Amino acid sequence: MGSTITEKILARASGLDEVKPGQIIEARVDLVLANDITAPLGIAEFEKAGFSKVFDPARIALVPDHFTPNKDIKAAGQAKKVREFARKHQIVNYFEVGRVGIEHVLLPDAGMVAPGDVVIGADSHTCTYGAVAAFSTGVGSTDFAAAMAWGHVWLRVPETFKFVYSGTPSPWVTGKDLMLHTIGLIGVDGALYQAMEFTGPAIEALSMDERFSMCNMAIEAGGKSGIVGFDEKTTRYLQSRPDGSRARTAGQVFASDRDAEYSRVLEIDAAAVQPTVSKPHLPSNTAAAADCADITVDQVVIGSCTNGRLHDLHQAASILAGRKVHPDVRCIILPGTQDVCLEAIADGTMQTLIEAGCAFSTPTCGACLGGHMGVLAEGERAVATTNRNFVGRMGHTGSEVYLASPYVAAASAIAGHIATPEEVGAAKGGSR
Amino acid sequence: MIFEGKAHTYGRDVDTDVIIPARYLTTNDPDELAKHAMEDIDAEFVARVRPGDVIVAGENFGCGSSREHAPVAIRASGVAVVVAASFARIFYRNAINTGLPIVVCADAVTDAENGDVMRVDLSAGTVENVTKGKTYRSEAFPPFMQELIDRGGLLEYVKSRVGGEGA
Repeated sequence: MGSTITEKILARASGLDEVKPGQIIEARVDLVLANDITAPLGIAEFEKAGFSKVFDPARIALVPDHFTPNKDIKAAGQAKKVREFARKHQIVNYFEVGRVGIEHVLLPDAGMVAPGDVVIGADSHTCTYGAVAAFSTGVGSTDFAAAMAWGHVWLRVPETFKFVYSGTPSPWVTGKDLMLHTIGLIGVDGALYQAMEFTGPAIEALSMDERFSMCNMAIEAGGKSGIVGFDEKTTRYLQSRPDGSRARTAGQVFASDRDAEYSRVLEIDAAAVQPTVSKPHLPSNTAAAADCADITVDQVVIGSCTNGRLHDLHQAASILAGRKVHPDVRCIILPGTQDVCLEAIADGTMQTLIEAGCAFSTPTCGACLGGHMGVLAEGERAVATTNRNFVGRMGHTGSEVYLASPYVAAASAIAGHIATPEEVGAAKGGSR
Repeated sequence: MIFEGKAHTYGRDVDTDVIIPARYLTTNDPDELAKHAMEDIDAEFVARVRPGDVIVAGENFGCGSSREHAPVAIRASGVAVVVAASFARIFYRNAINTGLPIVVCADAVTDAENGDVMRVDLSAGTVENVTKGKTYRSEAFPPFMQELIDRGGLLEYVKSRVGGEGA
């Protein structure tokens, strides 16, 4: 019996010829990360345990992206702890405000993840890096502390749940829609403890940015990781990372064997998927966007670690170009990184969005988790390209979040209610 | 180890955003976090909970964010143990790592009502609903998890692995 790509990566990282689902392994980690919420607790545990040095200052990333630029005095205190730890231990990849981006956009874009890597991060959306054929998963602060000292992590080898997407999605259907649809099919614990392997012609046709969006939301189905196989698009993406970066110089390409064993295989006809939203208060509570036209909107958020890449902003701008955000709507753009901002300036995307009436934020997780930069009041409703719509996620417990793609979010910003691009008269094709 | 206390019952998919909302994540002080435990799903929880009480919940408890502040807040609020039909994986790791006892026992969850007196015996692997006079077998931890718990947690384990190099 063959192995899945996930099993092969984990076997390499643990120095074994092969591993099987359920097996407990100790895997060497290629990158360990935490942010301004999770790092302070991890640092406290690291120090309480009496560790005096990190395993490798070049393989730890500290990314203060959640409540920065510091939203209040307490947040400033937490960010300060991270900064001081980074200085003390000479952490190479500490990203100060001005250079920082949203961690799961920033780290792969900076070339810090290579195919075949094992990445753990004290943030649940660490599963994002499966888009470059790496194994990555979220852990808590104590696991982060342990990995900083040890350079390893214990893992239970996950079963792999294979998804095969056939057909060609219709013009306004993105990777985000495919993923929301998938979570709607299997539920928020439908892939609990499992690796989600995304395959099929519709995945091969997706841009890298949309593959990142899909892997990013594996956690919303309970998945341990999400992964897409390596192909020419992966190569092109990796080769355009910075000179000398890990993405350009390291890594090992693995692929699932034809006779690999899967816990389950689910075939999904991508051509039948419609622009999809997740209604409150679970990502699995999906509906066709076209069926939600009666839902009025107070705020639209476009960006985040799920959809804050340049391609996402292009999609939003293709709808908003020459149009105006509805007078009753606040449309906030959360770009993933400073480079995304620079590119959006250079190609006119930022001007298009600002002229339409959008507010541009600095790269931060802020609004997604109700931290700052777009918190909702009681009774308010948002359409967001983020990843979670739990009770109180974006602010007051009496507020609501509908998850959607950049196309649907932009169309909703114009209409003032949940809308498809067709409804606001967008020309077919959009930005692919 | 045996715990006995009143049940606080919840449904499935209790996420970490309601266990400890993000607006309180500007600290990692357990007592500060405990003041807001379960706030967005049960605003009266903090006033009602007594030391030794038991959270009883459905499938996928602790889904969502990786915030370790969630098990820390629950433990510091006085809750002795969480009994659930299943746990989301990051919460499961975090609970073990922070010393919050957790037990998987779907049958006990099905029968339990708010306020029932629950008796959880970790070593015997049983959950008893004293009010209803029923006893259930809980799932045993995998051997490696039990070893971590017995060694005093992940960091103690890692200290023994890293030896003199980093410790």
